[in-house]
Amino acid sequence: MFYREAGQFKTSYSADQAIFPIRQDRNFLVALFIFAYLAVPMIANEYWLSTILLPFLVFGLAALGLNILTGYAGQLSLGTGGFMATGAFAAYKLAVAFPDMNIVFVFLLSGVVTAIVGVLFGIPSLRIKGFYLAVATLAAQFFLVWVYNKFGWFTNYSSSGVISAPPRAVFGDFFVTGSSAGAIEKYLFTLTLVLVLALAAKNIVRSHIGRSWMAIRDMDIAAEIIGIKPLATKLTAFAVSSFYIGIAGALWAFIYTSSVEASAFDISRSFQILFMIIIGGLGSVMGSFLGAAFIVLLPIFLSNAPTLFGVTVAVDIISHVEFMIFGALIIFFLIVEPHGLARLWQVGKEKLRLWPFPY
Amino acid sequence: MILKKLVLAAAGVAVGVTGFAVSQAKAAEQFIPSLVYRTGPFAPGGIPFADGAMDYYKLLNERDGGINGVKLVIEECDTAYNNDRGVECYERLKNKGSTGAAVFSPLSTGITYALIDRATKDKIPIFSMGYGRTDASDGRVFPYVFTAPSTYWSQASALVKYIGSQEGGMANLKGKKIALVYLDGAYGKEPIPTLKLLAKKYGFSFSGFPVTYPGLEQKATWLTIGRKLRPDWIFMWGWGVMNQTAIKEAANVGFPMNRFIGNWWSGAEGDTVPAGKAAIGYKSSAFHAPGQNFLVHLDILKYVYAKGNGTTTEAKVGQVLYNRGLINSVFVTEAIRTAMGKYGNKPMTGEQVRWGFENLNMSKAKLAKLGLSGFMKPFKLSCLDHEGGSPLRIQEWKGSQWEFVSDWIEPMKDIVRPMIEASAAKYAAEKGITPRKCDGTD
Repeated sequence: MFYREAGQFKTSYSADQAIFPIRQDRNFLVALFIFAYLAVPMIANEYWLSTILLPFLVFGLAALGLNILTGYAGQLSLGTGGFMATGAFAAYKLAVAFPDMNIVFVFLLSGVVTAIVGVLFGIPSLRIKGFYLAVATLAAQFFLVWVYNKFGWFTNYSSSGVISAPPRAVFGDFFVTGSSAGAIEKYLFTLTLVLVLALAAKNIVRSHIGRSWMAIRDMDIAAEIIGIKPLATKLTAFAVSSFYIGIAGALWAFIYTSSVEASAFDISRSFQILFMIIIGGLGSVMGSFLGAAFIVLLPIFLSNAPTLFGVTVAVDIISHVEFMIFGALIIFFLIVEPHGLARLWQVGKEKLRLWPFPY
Repeated sequence: MILKKLVLAAAGVAVGVTGFAVSQAKAAEQFIPSLVYRTGPFAPGGIPFADGAMDYYKLLNERDGGINGVKLVIEECDTAYNNDRGVECYERLKNKGSTGAAVFSPLSTGITYALIDRATKDKIPIFSMGYGRTDASDGRVFPYVFTAPSTYWSQASALVKYIGSQEGGMANLKGKKIALVYLDGAYGKEPIPTLKLLAKKYGFSFSGFPVTYPGLEQKATWLTIGRKLRPDWIFMWGWGVMNQTAIKEAANVGFPMNRFIGNWWSGAEGDTVPAGKAAIGYKSSAFHAPGQNFLVHLDILKYVYAKGNGTTTEAKVGQVLYNRGLINSVFVTEAIRTAMGKYGNKPMTGEQVRWGFENLNMSKAKLAKLGLSGFMKPFKLSCLDHEGGSPLRIQEWKGSQWEFVSDWIEPMKDIVRPMIEASAAKYAAEKGITPRKCDGTD
């Protein structure tokens, strides 16, 4: 009834190839943007902005990066934490070395640095596949974190190996990092950056690059026979994916926690992001954000739940129960929908098309 | 039908959230948040600390009705020693109570680092007692961070002084080999610059051995130490399960326990008891006494445990980390009391508590009044000095309890303080902070 595309005729190629071909989708997204830009800053308090929405956006971007590599190009990676650390430390070095550089360029350049590192570690993907590639990227994870821990140059010889974001503004007084940055500014800045990058990703995966990634994913020999170069395709996947993950790492260090040590990007971070895309849905931009929401928000909700409902429970019991419920929910979702939350969304949309008269 | 359910569920959550926002403490109550870790890999250290901290707050409420008649409201939040969880706890608790959170004790070096910017902006003091960022002791650059009563750098210098006295004078340190086994991360790396500097000054050689979190696998490290390097002394900056593993491994390679000294987070019952007999003779530093033979413990047993309100069991009152949590609460409440002396007997804001910390004077008379005579040495904080530089003592594990084996050792303030100031100045330059003058005008 509400969600039916009957009567929406495409009369030009550009309309047919539009990023969101269904009018209801466009309306929904516009409403979502308006909500995110206008309503959220007005109604959300600082707690919501800085501990729920910011990590959600940052993790969503990291998951999107990994999804490009694993979900679209089929290259399993466990090096996400290492690449996030690369982005964070690159952003720190750039921001401190060039105090006059705009923070937006710092983030983009740190993404470029991470892309280069990602390509280097992606070279083995040409010869090895599947779980073996996972092990190779695991080496990247441990090696990169070790490097940032070991060599003082990356932290400007800070005694404890912790980097702290210097205060920077996007323009004028609009500070997004440092102690004078407000939660709303941080949120709006991150939202914009993530939104632009997510729309770019959505377009990349619809382009010939994305299609060649998917061809490699589905059957690399067949893809090679129809003329897709495996080397270029796999390395672009590594580059684009690392670019996204690097920016996510820089956002994590600069905007979310505002100070970070290399061990914040350990192997458990890589797994966390891998779980996000598995739960959210492999090969789906939307799924990256759904998965991030599930993994980031659910534990916070669970640990707040007893207070919300006015029950006083000892903190250790809350934590343990939280682990149990969280684990049970992951298993439940994977049984009910092995293709992730994005598939659930898809099914919901299909059902909605027929509603209220399903046949 | 489903749509209706969804709308109802959403409305329910919305109502819950608003209810959560308005549930605040009454006007005459002081809200103190307590970041703890009763879960996670470091819970064995976090639980006794949290219990001690909580018991002292309970004692004040039971015995004195709070601080100067202002009742204390405590809320714990479990961080699991995890930085992002710590930030979440901070944001969740910072605005609770009529005046907001009085002070945060992050109980983790990593969380301390993550909170410095936020707390400075929110004007809430961070009290990182014997951990965290050492150069935050410079109150001009870090107005809202307190490291009292001592820091890792002071501690490293005092430890070197101790082994100097054991070797028969600082001159005898020349040519000696000292190793540091540390948890690889912000916490473990803190003492390294001090030890390197002292190595240069006294002519001993220094080698660091990082142990990867959480520290269960140290075989290779100890083979190198015990068979190849053979140092004269070993220091340890460990935490949690790493400590007992290190003690066992040191015993396996035959390293003499009486030359193995942990820092104050590597010397509790939880570290030595699991290592069994191997741990006898193992030493650690401490800035306060172990045991429950102080008046304050008697009061806790009488006012809290006798009424069945205890957080833990009576036998655990007086364990090393229990006492550490207790003294943390003592400093927090005394800072609040000091602030009340200036601003009146009402709940204090974070800014007022900060003034209380800067003017905190833990004199001998005050310690005696609190039932803590002989528990620790007096110290005093100021705008300039947020550390106090309290002396520390070496304690030894005797097989069933910890006992002091040295007198109070003063840290080398003449060496540590200039390092703190230089490091803080570098931080200020990087972050664009204009240091305060500390002449009473700001």
